[in-house]
Amino acid sequence: MGDLNQQMLDKYRNNFLHEVEEKVDDGEWVKMCMQCGVCAGSCTFGPDWEHTPQKIFMMIRAGKREEVLSSHSMWLCTSCYNCMVRCPRELPITHIMHGLASYAHRLGLAPKNQPTRDFSLIFWENCTKTGRVNELRMTISVYFREGFVSGVKKMWTLRNIGRGLFFAKRLNPLELFVSHGCKDKDGLRRALKKADEIEARRRGYEVQPRGYSS
Amino acid sequence: MADMKTAAYICKGCGIGERVDTAQMAKIATKEGKMHLVREHDFLCSAAGVQTIADDIEKEGVTHAVIAACSRRAKTEAFYFPSVALARANIREGVIWARPDTEEARETTQEMADDYLRMGCGELKKMKLPAGNPDTGHAKRLLVVGGGVSGLTAALEASKTGYQVVLVEKSAKLGGWSAGLYRRMPFREPYAEPQDTGMDELIKAVTGDANIKVITNAVIARTDGAPGRFKVDISVESGPSLTEEVGAIIQATGFSTYDIAKLPELGGGKSANVIDQVTLEKLATEAAGKGQPIRRPSDGGEVKTVVFVQCAGQRDESGKHLAYCSGFCCGASIKQAMYFKDANPAIDTVVIYDDLRVPGNGEDFYRSAQRKGVTFTKGKVSSVVPQGNACEVKFRDLILDEDAAIAAADLVVLATGQVPNSGVNIDIPEEEVAKMEVKPVSILNLTYRQGKDLPQLTQGFTDSHFICFPYETRRTGIYSAGPVRRPMDMVQAAEDATGATLKAIQAIENAELGRAAHPRSGDLSYPIVQLEGCTQCKRCTVECPFGAIDEDEKRYPVFNESRCRRCGTCMGACPVRVISFENYSCDTVGAQIKAVDMPDEFSEKPRILVLACENDAYPALDMAGMEKNCYSAFVRVIPVRCLGSVNTIWITDALNAGFDGIMMMGCKHGDDYQCHFVKGSELAAYRMSKVDDTLKQLSLEAERVVSCEVAITDIARVPQLINDYAAKINEIGMSPLKGFA
Repeated sequence: MGDLNQQMLDKYRNNFLHEVEEKVDDGEWVKMCMQCGVCAGSCTFGPDWEHTPQKIFMMIRAGKREEVLSSHSMWLCTSCYNCMVRCPRELPITHIMHGLASYAHRLGLAPKNQPTRDFSLIFWENCTKTGRVNELRMTISVYFREGFVSGVKKMWTLRNIGRGLFFAKRLNPLELFVSHGCKDKDGLRRALKKADEIEARRRGYEVQPRGYSS
Repeated sequence: MADMKTAAYICKGCGIGERVDTAQMAKIATKEGKMHLVREHDFLCSAAGVQTIADDIEKEGVTHAVIAACSRRAKTEAFYFPSVALARANIREGVIWARPDTEEARETTQEMADDYLRMGCGELKKMKLPAGNPDTGHAKRLLVVGGGVSGLTAALEASKTGYQVVLVEKSAKLGGWSAGLYRRMPFREPYAEPQDTGMDELIKAVTGDANIKVITNAVIARTDGAPGRFKVDISVESGPSLTEEVGAIIQATGFSTYDIAKLPELGGGKSANVIDQVTLEKLATEAAGKGQPIRRPSDGGEVKTVVFVQCAGQRDESGKHLAYCSGFCCGASIKQAMYFKDANPAIDTVVIYDDLRVPGNGEDFYRSAQRKGVTFTKGKVSSVVPQGNACEVKFRDLILDEDAAIAAADLVVLATGQVPNSGVNIDIPEEEVAKMEVKPVSILNLTYRQGKDLPQLTQGFTDSHFICFPYETRRTGIYSAGPVRRPMDMVQAAEDATGATLKAIQAIENAELGRAAHPRSGDLSYPIVQLEGCTQCKRCTVECPFGAIDEDEKRYPVFNESRCRRCGTCMGACPVRVISFENYSCDTVGAQIKAVDMPDEFSEKPRILVLACENDAYPALDMAGMEKNCYSAFVRVIPVRCLGSVNTIWITDALNAGFDGIMMMGCKHGDDYQCHFVKGSELAAYRMSKVDDTLKQLSLEAERVVSCEVAITDIARVPQLINDYAAKINEIGMSPLKGFA
């Protein structure tokens, strides 16, 4: 497929709000924000955000496409749903945040080395391969995400927990070599492919496999 | 009053009998109060108790009665004896409920009750039964000034109630600004789409109503008289003048738009494409007539981007423009943005606002516009720069905190505010008016001594007690409705007009019976002046908050009783004390002050006089009693109609009588006043500021006389104020004037 980002830029030109409405999950709600700031005040991550949901919505309306899609903010959302519960306009803010993150990722504009995003990718790859999560491999992948030395250090720090898990039979070292999986792996892959196709059709994308790297 | 027969009734109910010695009180009433008839009763407000009083009035010929029971504010229906002069001694709320039920408090509580009875007896003997005001008027018609949505609604509502109306409109056509609208904001469910104005039907209903006489192209040349008998000269353009007699007047003169030429920084007057909301309505109506979209005024080009600038020349802190929010303009911009979005969703419509204010159900309308894709940006527009056929709109984005711009807006709509058409500001001195470039034009041309038009509060809006009596102006029988009273939209204006109409009808009916309008509704007393003592000082004519007093050729005051609200401000002002009411005068209060039994200097029992406004402070004291919020037993409270009615002679009397302190409790004054008589508490504060000199002459401390602002809700605060003041008096010691009276 061509550069999806360029494709979207060409299609929507300056109208980023329209793009969000069509391409982002629950994006059609963005225009209903009345800028009261209750979400920003309610967010557990409030002071640590680059942009609060209120600002993100305002930036979308102001057409700040690059800034919004490359923002770290959506990736920091802990899905506590405080904002969504309190929003007087009943915007599904949490869902919009996830939708924006996912869209940014799809366009390849999401921030590089963002821990939440890295974790999500590792998790998805790990669990879709066999239909079950291989916890040992996933843990190792996450620990060694930032290089060998850092990985060893993290493992050393958590060695006692690892030992505990092993004796409680919650951690099987053999899993490093052989992953257990679900019964119908092919069926699972077919189901996921179908889901991708449906989403792509709905959003007007060319089909592209999940788990691509950017 | 040779045949005055006095009686005192002492109630023992509600615990009064257990807490105080009523037999002793009865003795006081007989010996000190010199009452002809004294009765104790176990339950005075019962049918039997009331019958006792009624029988005495009928058989014994009682003409004056004092009832020592509950507050004068309680049991008014039971103790309703319109044929006798009635005084009430507040033993329940004012004594037993305001005092702790303890052995050590017993003596001082008894003294309190005794004194209130003495005061009641003293007051009673100075009272007369009000004979009723002879200054009545019988005109039942209403004059409505202004033919916009407020005026039309007022006329129609009055007609529906069965009253005749004269409607005067300055221009040739009825309908005002509302008739010039393309659509109006929705006023019923689902509050989603602009609606037809309905003005054609309203105008038709008014012109077709046999009760309503419509006079267009006309102004008021002269208004003379009083409620029930206003004589109004109406001068008609190219026609003979008319004189109409009416009972009450509704001023619904509406507003003018703020001139956008005063906003050059926002492009006002610099480009044909920068317009105000009224002009856009005109464009929209014209375009709809041609079946075309709204076009750019400069060249008739297509409108692709339209920007609405909210608060243009409003909520201005610099003093250059309007200081207030007009309240209707956010809704109007939302509606106008829909004109574009409904015609073509591809048109960019941006509303730049600081706070979007859509009162009522406007919030649903706002949501509807968001759904239609109108963009709302929180920001402050710094400049609108015309460039060819477009304008660059520069603004500060208040959410992202950065400067931003809309490069090419085809149309910029400035949401300017409403400027009230309230005529002449009577508070501006004539020499300053003479210097003005544009002379203000009077609307009512009143012949009143105090000025030609309704008094204004701030920003040119007519003055009214905003919370309690919004339609009442400071001219009895004249009511303001619509944007001349405060900025508002069509729905609010119609509601306002309806309220003002009902008030005007009340005024007409009260005027016929010679009774007072609010807040002393139904009061039959009225100011009586002994002109032979008058020194023509003019204080009463100047200070009357309601313009009730004119001057004759010899500069004596002329009282127009039916314009009077019975506040007694004239009585408080009069230095020679020649103004009085039959049931409220310098003597009735003076007698109460003098009746208090004054303990000597060494008794350690100071006495504090509280003059409490009957509208707020006295009810607050009563409620403090009901809540059993106790206060000092050394106070003696006298209710007054308004602090404005407090004559300085009372202060002198009280100090001479040996009172150790005087507290004046009245309403808040200033721009956000709470005074029910508008100016009373302000005048009292001014007068009391001059009392310090008098105190110095008497070599008394300034703290001996204090005034405090009290609201009706200050139920816990009022006892605290009293107790703090009692502690203060204790500190500065007893008055040296004791025992000289």
